[in-house]
Amino acid sequence: MTATSEPARQRVMTSRPDLFGLFALSGAGLLLAAVGARWVTGPLVPIALGLVLTAIVAVIWTAVAGSPEAKRKIAPYGLLKPGMLWLALFYLAPLITLLRLSLSTLPSRFAVDAELDWNIGNYTTAFTDFAPQFGRAFLYAGTATVFTILIGFPLAYVIAFRGGRFKTLLLGLVVIPFFTSYLIRTIAWRSLLADTGQVVQLFDTLRLSGFFETVGIMDNGRVLNTPAAVIGGLTYNFLPFMILPIYVSLEKIDPRMVDAAHDLYSTSVEAFRKIVVPLALPGVFAGTLLTFIPAAGDFVNALYLGSPNTTMIGNSIQDQFLVQNNIPLASAMSFVLMFIITVFVIIYSRFFGTEDLT
Amino acid sequence: MSSPTSTRGHIARWALNIYAGLGLLFLFVPIIWIVAFSFNQPRGNYNIVWQRFTLDNWRDPFSDQGLTQAFVRSLQIAAISTSVAVVLGSMIALALARYSFKGSGPLNFLLVLPLTTPEIVLGSSLATLFLDWDITRGFTTVVIAHIMFQVSFVALTVRARVRGFDWTLEQAAQDLGSSPFRTFWKVTFPLILPGILAAALLSFALSIDDFIITLFNAGSLSTFPIYIDGSFRVRFPPQVNVLATTILVFSVLLMSIGLLWGLRSRRRNA
Repeated sequence: MTATSEPARQRVMTSRPDLFGLFALSGAGLLLAAVGARWVTGPLVPIALGLVLTAIVAVIWTAVAGSPEAKRKIAPYGLLKPGMLWLALFYLAPLITLLRLSLSTLPSRFAVDAELDWNIGNYTTAFTDFAPQFGRAFLYAGTATVFTILIGFPLAYVIAFRGGRFKTLLLGLVVIPFFTSYLIRTIAWRSLLADTGQVVQLFDTLRLSGFFETVGIMDNGRVLNTPAAVIGGLTYNFLPFMILPIYVSLEKIDPRMVDAAHDLYSTSVEAFRKIVVPLALPGVFAGTLLTFIPAAGDFVNALYLGSPNTTMIGNSIQDQFLVQNNIPLASAMSFVLMFIITVFVIIYSRFFGTEDLT
Repeated sequence: MSSPTSTRGHIARWALNIYAGLGLLFLFVPIIWIVAFSFNQPRGNYNIVWQRFTLDNWRDPFSDQGLTQAFVRSLQIAAISTSVAVVLGSMIALALARYSFKGSGPLNFLLVLPLTTPEIVLGSSLATLFLDWDITRGFTTVVIAHIMFQVSFVALTVRARVRGFDWTLEQAAQDLGSSPFRTFWKVTFPLILPGILAAALLSFALSIDDFIITLFNAGSLSTFPIYIDGSFRVRFPPQVNVLATTILVFSVLLMSIGLLWGLRSRRRNA
């Protein structure tokens, strides 16, 4: 730090502390991500880390010793900093590394370090050899999302409009099942859906097996290992992520609006279609994202409830990464999955904003 | 009320209630299975076929050593990662809810991103970072991974709880001569504490439960879900059900206490 630059910096910090704070935060974040992803290497690393440290110290210093105005303006950046830097290093940097590894080649079958040679072969393999897995992932996740709306919307509606003083209790009941392990719940379904399990027995007792065979839920008397079982598992496991956002947006609706619609001679169905549905849409879209995204990348349901013919892209990524040790290929598949989903999210947020996500 | 439309409305009303009730029952089917099979006397290595009722598993919930170790390790990981994530996440939430500032839009977006990235991408990308840095994956890397997804979760949960608070209270305290430090502990912190506790409980549960991200970053470390998955090829002991039921009962208790506490303070404030 030279003597001439110091007063200049000082002036920036005191005159526009908010700009300085934003610059220090984003600059430190990007530098840290670059170091983490090894874009910055060798002797540049200590320099970059020194700059990050300087930014941190400068923000703290302004927050402690600045004018009251400067303190107030710098405060949010100081509060954001530790968490955001964590995300820069352990969320952003890994994505860059993932991208680099996806363009690399393993020198041999058993090599650990891949070399970056801008090899797009991994992407070709991802799109050709694993097209069925990608297809199934989005098909199963999409179908499961539709089912979570079909089950979740009425449930959220009844809790929000007819729950009365039991609202909180009913909402608690929706959440309680999800305090047991995701994996154990899926194993529970595996046992329930097994050939000797309770569900198949129930279908047989009710003589519904024939019907379920026709609609494709059962296959030769089996439920387990069918696509229906995988979709059912996904529907079950992500249902609360649909119910809760829908509930939140239904809860905001003033019941008097529905009454007003009735007073103006609208029928119940009309009132529902013209008032409740439009106002619940933000919840449905938030729920759609919260259900579809994790479901598309899931491999637990396909692993425990499906067969080799129902594997999703998550199963392939897990297998290539942790079993076959083909990390470049697994990275390419991960990246493609994320890319498709990001496009989906961007289109979504263009229309509905990110605020409603939570 | 015997006009045909109102009768039809009545039936429709009940049909919808019953449909919703069935939906709620659907949520509980595997839970009933898990709790019931914690009282099963298994035959062989798999506790998945009902034999007969017994209390033996509950008398000895820690008899399976590997499982117990993995369970304790999961609790340790959750305790450490939740403590860190709650501090980092609450600070972010406070910044977002309390102040309006330049760049809050993109920062908000960055915060939401980890929650809209599939777990498999989060897990595999973080694993490539550790591989790239030649860091052996184990306890520390799992804690780092858990903090990463918990920070966003805590920040958004706390922010949702504190949005719409009357921040002029802080100003009032300062006008009455309270120092910023004292104002924070006496005014701001009590306001956001219920939100923080709720977020802590949920993210603790997320950490214990996490399987996909953990699997990629655990190396040879065994957490509760990883142990269950790894041993499922050969066995599924009833102690899994016992421990899962214990977590469930414990969470429900904590949640009820939180709800009752919330109701009481709301009544007091009204």
